[in-house]
Amino acid sequence: MTQHNQKASLFLKNAERAAWHDETLWMVRQKRDKAASDVPEWERLREQASQIKMHTLSKHYEYLTRFEEMAKNNGVQIHWASTATRLNEIVYQIIKENNASKVVKSKSMLTEECGLNPYLEKKGIEIIDTDLGERIIQLRKEPPSHIVMPAIHLSKEEISELFHNQLHSEKDNSDPTYLASIARLHLRQKFLESEVAITGVNFAVAENGAVVVCTNEGNADLGVHAAPVQIHCMGIEKVIPRMSDLAVFIRLLARSATGQSITTYTSHYLTPKPGGQMHIVIVDNGRSELLKKADYRDSLKCIRCGACMNTCPVYRRSGGHSYHYVIPGPIGSILAPHKHRNNYKDLPFASSLCGSCSNVCPVKINIHGQLYRWRQDISKESTFFHWKKSIMKIAGKILSSNTIYNLSGKVTRWSIIHLPRVIIYNRLNIWGKDRELPKVSGESFKQWYYNKYEKQGQNGQK
Amino acid sequence: MKIGLFIPCYIDQFYPIVGIATLELLHKLGLEVYYPPEQTCCGQPLANSGAEKEAIPIYKNFVRNFSNFDYVVSPSGSCVYHIRENYDLLEQTNEVRKVRQTTYELCEFIVDILKIDDLSIEYPHKVGIHQSCHGLRGLKLGNPSELIAEHYSKVHRLLEKAEGIEIINLDRNDECCGFGGTFSILQPDISAKMGKDRLEDHMRNGAEVITATDMSCLMHLEGIARRHNKEVQFVHVAEILNSNHL
Repeated sequence: MTQHNQKASLFLKNAERAAWHDETLWMVRQKRDKAASDVPEWERLREQASQIKMHTLSKHYEYLTRFEEMAKNNGVQIHWASTATRLNEIVYQIIKENNASKVVKSKSMLTEECGLNPYLEKKGIEIIDTDLGERIIQLRKEPPSHIVMPAIHLSKEEISELFHNQLHSEKDNSDPTYLASIARLHLRQKFLESEVAITGVNFAVAENGAVVVCTNEGNADLGVHAAPVQIHCMGIEKVIPRMSDLAVFIRLLARSATGQSITTYTSHYLTPKPGGQMHIVIVDNGRSELLKKADYRDSLKCIRCGACMNTCPVYRRSGGHSYHYVIPGPIGSILAPHKHRNNYKDLPFASSLCGSCSNVCPVKINIHGQLYRWRQDISKESTFFHWKKSIMKIAGKILSSNTIYNLSGKVTRWSIIHLPRVIIYNRLNIWGKDRELPKVSGESFKQWYYNKYEKQGQNGQK
Repeated sequence: MKIGLFIPCYIDQFYPIVGIATLELLHKLGLEVYYPPEQTCCGQPLANSGAEKEAIPIYKNFVRNFSNFDYVVSPSGSCVYHIRENYDLLEQTNEVRKVRQTTYELCEFIVDILKIDDLSIEYPHKVGIHQSCHGLRGLKLGNPSELIAEHYSKVHRLLEKAEGIEIINLDRNDECCGFGGTFSILQPDISAKMGKDRLEDHMRNGAEVITATDMSCLMHLEGIARRHNKEVQFVHVAEILNSNHL
């Protein structure tokens, strides 16, 4: 049993929650379909976005240095972090230099990836996630289960209980408006106290040095405007050439993510506020290595919309935590093995390869193709799936030889027909746990054909 | 036109009736059909499990058996997709290229090559069409619901012409049934849950018969339906298309 499989089975045990999770995310997928179909040139837009990303990735050094130059001209301080640890150290250094201890942060999957929160907390810094969903899971001390809707695995009753215990809201009041107002009061205080604001970055525009952050709650703006020091953390793949390219992505992002035509806030940060500081940390953390791999580099096009999660029939029924990587779902399953092949070797197999993910992807990443490719690469490593490899070798022998194939088929069919049910439906028959085996007849097609045609030397002719 | 008939391994072993229907239909359409007796499998079960290298002898056996036909026709979208998409692993000899270009799924072959869409079928049943993923998204037998493009479906086009047929609408038009080859064994709980959900969609909307281009999806759905004593029939699309008076 693989890790994903075990966690998925556990998730399904709560049938009501699993059904709700599936239906809610399916509804988001439908909203995406509606929003996308309102744009007649949708498919051309996806193609254009894909090409812009591929072009930029092929010249990422030029665009990043151009971006750095423009941002510096705007009075921004640029930092380069080759690893997760370097990002954490740089951010801590900035906080320390400003004698700060209270930090607010708006949504950033990159800082999740780098483990910034636990790093800063160990150093005695208070870091508060200000996106409502992020704050909820931070209070619960658990990772996000979705990259756009991080607390989608929770019911409002669970959130009510959490807020009652930690933010002293009324017991058993799970009215969403009430709960949001409690969160707002709590977060407003944190915004007012904050000395440093951190944000992620959706896009970094090379031609003017702006970073662009898309939020629905306005929490990136509240943080950045209230705190004297602002830090934006971005992966190297976030750079795009021009403002006109940004327009392409803005049209795709929210429609793909939630079915909105645009996020409530699209914030462009260009220069530090008067008397303030603006820092941008540009992070590699394995991305240049990924860029070298021809089979996999197009996963760097990802704009983190989460559409592949919403459409994935496996994700919807297994929940984000079953993927045990910071980014769940189909895109997470192709990114995770780059981080640690052995830890995440089960994830490329956590898919039926239906291909829906690649079709909804606004930047046309061949997600299911990469899942297939990962399966090959992971299986090649001799330490993985040793037993499986032997089975596959035997299967290869059977299926490439007509004689052995015919004999094995005969034995299988004979067994299904003649063996008692208790023997066939034993514990090793995983298929039979929830499903009946096919009703078989005594004869294969090949035998039928032989008797009907070949015996008379007709080879298929009437 | 010389046709090579490819009957995938699981159809050969478990569902000979589907192979027979395909052969009979192709005969009715006046085609010269050959069934190379040394054929086995397309190799997909191994490749999807991450063992494409081990599948190479199977690929080679397929090419050996099927490179001498004008077209190769098979009642399985998934196997055909695998041959077209993943036989790039082999050295691209003339034979390999030819097999990849001329292997067709049955409905696709009838609509695109024979240019026929009315087979004079009579099928007075309420039918739910399960659009198998590899046929739909891989072979583009229809427009999947994710893509913003004009709606079409080759399978619907053939079945709609059947006299007396009522094709039911589904709540989710083309969600995966959860079979996924070895996925059904590696992730049995999720796989079965996906199948149950698909089955319920068809039942809720009144299907008497569930059909598909792929018997593998139907084997999975039927296995679940029989376990739960659901009153619904599973019929491969070849069997429906063959129920005519040609």
